[in-house]
Amino acid sequence: MRPDLFEAPDYYNIDDLLSEEHKLVRDAARQWVKRDVSPIIEEYAQKAEFPKQIIKGLSDIGAFGPYIPEEYGGAGLDQISYGLIMQEIERGDSGIRSTASVQSSLVMYPIFAYGTEAQKKKYLPKLASGELMGCFGLTEPNHGSNPGGMETKYKDMGDHFLLNGAKLWISNAPFADIAVVWAKNEEGRIHGLILERGMEGFSTPETHNKWSLRASATGELIFDNVKVPKENLLPNKSGLGAPLGCLDSARYGISWGAIGAAMDCYDTALRYAKERIQFGKPIAAFQLQQKKLAEMITEITKAQLLALRLGQLKNEGKASSAQISMAKRNNVEMALKIAREARQVLGGMGITGEYSIMRHMMNLESVITYEGTHDIHLLITGADITGIPAFS
Amino acid sequence: MKILVCISNVPDTTSKINFTEGDTQFDTNGVQFVINPNDEFGLTRAMWFKEKQGATVHIATVGDASVEPTMRKALAIGADEGIRINAVPTDGFFVAEQLAHVIKEGAYDLIIAGRESIDYNGGMVPGILAGLLGMNFVNTCIGLEVEGDTATALREIDGGKEKVTAQLPLVIGGQKGLVEESDLKIPNMRGIMMARKKALNVVEPIGATTATADKKFEKPEPKGAVKLTESVDELVELLHTEAKVI
Ligand SMILES: Cc1cc2nc3c(=O)[nH]c(=O)nc-3n(C[C@H](O)[C@H](O)[C@H](O)COP(=O)(O)OP(=O)(O)OC[C@H]3O[C@@H](n4cnc5c(N)ncnc54)[C@H](O)[C@@H]3O)c2cc1C
Repeated sequence: MRPDLFEAPDYYNIDDLLSEEHKLVRDAARQWVKRDVSPIIEEYAQKAEFPKQIIKGLSDIGAFGPYIPEEYGGAGLDQISYGLIMQEIERGDSGIRSTASVQSSLVMYPIFAYGTEAQKKKYLPKLASGELMGCFGLTEPNHGSNPGGMETKYKDMGDHFLLNGAKLWISNAPFADIAVVWAKNEEGRIHGLILERGMEGFSTPETHNKWSLRASATGELIFDNVKVPKENLLPNKSGLGAPLGCLDSARYGISWGAIGAAMDCYDTALRYAKERIQFGKPIAAFQLQQKKLAEMITEITKAQLLALRLGQLKNEGKASSAQISMAKRNNVEMALKIAREARQVLGGMGITGEYSIMRHMMNLESVITYEGTHDIHLLITGADITGIPAFS
Repeated sequence: MKILVCISNVPDTTSKINFTEGDTQFDTNGVQFVINPNDEFGLTRAMWFKEKQGATVHIATVGDASVEPTMRKALAIGADEGIRINAVPTDGFFVAEQLAHVIKEGAYDLIIAGRESIDYNGGMVPGILAGLLGMNFVNTCIGLEVEGDTATALREIDGGKEKVTAQLPLVIGGQKGLVEESDLKIPNMRGIMMARKKALNVVEPIGATTATADKKFEKPEPKGAVKLTESVDELVELLHTEAKVI
């Protein structure tokens, strides 16, 4: 891959709306991605492997639980800092951002928000440092957009729970040390359980041959009569709202992350268009290419403002799930469209691993599907404004 | 050992440079500021002295409040304390005079400045500083060790290197080589969190002299359009008749 020459666009001087600390956190993440992610990411994506050596760096820049309080090993940052870190990581690769999202929002967050003091003390500091890596099991082979229908269930055996079922499409599963698994009890109510690798009957086969998020490991979680100690139940919230609360946090991060991928595609296309000469002129001199580039920066700027406002609402504890859905849906689609357009700007070069665009484009096909599909988020907005849910 | 690293707040090298008010003022609009690269090499070397020899590292910058993010970054990288001299720097002499005052009060053993700042490239501060303080001075320093109160410095000279020793207190003008680019530190989250609590003291400037004043800036001529030639002969012809360089 070519050297990473990324220069972040900021067409509306949005930096002026950020605090000194926001910028320090973001710039550190940006520098780290340039130094430690960009030079290796293409190779790992090509060979479909998660680069485990960057776990320490991810922890160093605060990518694991940035908003978790310091007493549990987090950085105690606000939601805008969290968003900015996700933006910078996804500027490098959506797969790496997925690992950070899962660890922060889907593993650390439920333990922090729904767990006991003992669970928080036991797991959170090690998850923040990357000593432990986690995954989140909600989706099942027969239940994707409709997780409420899940079949994974557990039985109270007196001194332990007995867990049976299977989860599919689980990011980080192949190497995770722990899993936050959502399952129904005998009354059919959804609860969260913390599983540890090595528990008898618990396996995590890898899902191969993905064309997307190739630098992120995806797999299954299979529970065959797994004995789960009772103290591993997350006691403080149950029902579908519990996993959905985690998704709110992750989706919020994705709405920022997608901006990062879009910025990288735009920046690459802009630079290429100014340098590539055809018919005696840089291709940036042609109106058709200018239209693409001008529309890209317009959409990025709108997405930045959307994410920033959502971050302010989140900081105040006022962001609704429906508002988060709107930002996730809008910003991911924006990034995917920009990736496709940017790829065309680069002509044949756009399909090679010399540039990041095609990798971003393929990655974003997962991002537009996971954490609630593009369609489902639209239905959430629809339900919110009409008061009539149209899911079923 | 007590070290002061002088940090200059400069535009990032990728910034677009423009001037306002009839080409007399630098236009900071949309410009990203960073730690002057020569100072960053020095700061990183100072961190080595902190880790290996238990040195205390302070940083000082002459500037208004807008330089604080750059200073906070230096604190996040590991400096212990910052001093901001609350004045807009006008020229090298002014900056050196302000810094000299702070240094006298702080009783530092080693002053690490950059050989030059990449904004105005004056290259005067470390030399004037040593003069004002009556301290030893080593410029264009590409290596530095300290044992007891003796420093051994490596200097870049035309076509080679020069090794010199000097007694502390010492001022150096540092540059790449003090550490390598790959040694530069990215502030980590722990550093950023700790930097929140570190002191960044603001002191008022002393009435200093302005020795020189900027009158006007000029940018280099923009590059003209590229002309593609069909043959070498045509190229030679154009270089002769149009560009008049051969
Ligand atoms: C790479 C990757 C990583 C993932 N990581 C995780 C993870 O870590 N943990 C986890 O739990 N899950 C994870 N997922 C799963 C992801 O969340 C699901 O794929 C997603 O929720 C969609 O479910 P599905 O694939 O079963 O699609 P389906 O739900 O079958 O949807 C198929 C299509 O039907 C549409 N559709 C479904 N219902 C409706 C409706 N009511 N109205 C209109 N259209 C509808 C959808 O929009 C979609 O277009 C991951 C997925 C991928 C691809």
